Amino acid sequence: MGATAEIANIEELVNRRLEELLPQKLEEALRQREESKTGSMAIIATRGTLDWAYPPFILGSTAAALGWDVSIFFTFYGLNLLKKDVSDLKVSPLGNPGMPMKMPFGPEWFRGINWNIPNIIQAGVPGFETVATMLMQQTIKNNGVASIQELRELSLEAGVTFSVCQMTVDLFGFSHDDFIPGLDYVGAASFLPMAQKADVTLFM
Amino acid sequence: MNFDKELDARGLNCPLPILRAKKSLAELTSGQVLRVVSTDPGSVKDFAAFAKQTGNELLASGEQGKEFEFFIKRK
Repeated sequence: MGATAEIANIEELVNRRLEELLPQKLEEALRQREESKTGSMAIIATRGTLDWAYPPFILGSTAAALGWDVSIFFTFYGLNLLKKDVSDLKVSPLGNPGMPMKMPFGPEWFRGINWNIPNIIQAGVPGFETVATMLMQQTIKNNGVASIQELRELSLEAGVTFSVCQMTVDLFGFSHDDFIPGLDYVGAASFLPMAQKADVTLFM
Repeated sequence: MNFDKELDARGLNCPLPILRAKKSLAELTSGQVLRVVSTDPGSVKDFAAFAKQTGNELLASGEQGKEFEFFIKRK
């Protein structure tokens, strides 16, 4: 047995040991990195009705409470959600057959009835949208669901970044005075790099 | 179980119990315990997930009638 053979033997042993250990070490390092990583989320909010106002603010405020970095990009009708007064947001039953029509008052059996009103009537009767909006506002109150105003404030307080599509401001003839203070007015080129780095990206 | 602060989240719905708990925890110092009482059935799984994500330990949780209680230790 020469020295060369012995070296080759040692080398083989080392290699075999390394191959065993490397995946373990790598997995451990990856797990540690995953655990210490701050989550992040980028949302695009495009809708301006009372029902659609909830998802971006609920998810945004909750993600911030979990310690994530959150930014919401408001564009098109989503800008309605940033107006100083959001108490006039409406819900439309038109083209929304999934919406249950239940009364938020009266005895239990009455509240349980789902009023099956054909969409064509909901669309045609003047004032139906106002009634549907009032019913939904009452239902929201009855169920201890936060108001949009409150969820928006909680989101901002928790550090959620609100950025606004300046193009939409121009397109719809808004002015910055129409909206709450503390907003970033930007374009698509500002949103995309944020979205690129985010773990979760949602379009609403 | 002993606790340093109490949060009444009864009647509040998702995501308010979590948001309020987060705020209350921020007022505690590390190691102190927050007791939360809620009536939202969804909050049972939500508080477990919240604790796991934020590293604030969920020491105990329980159910009494239609109420749920949680003891969370500030990280």
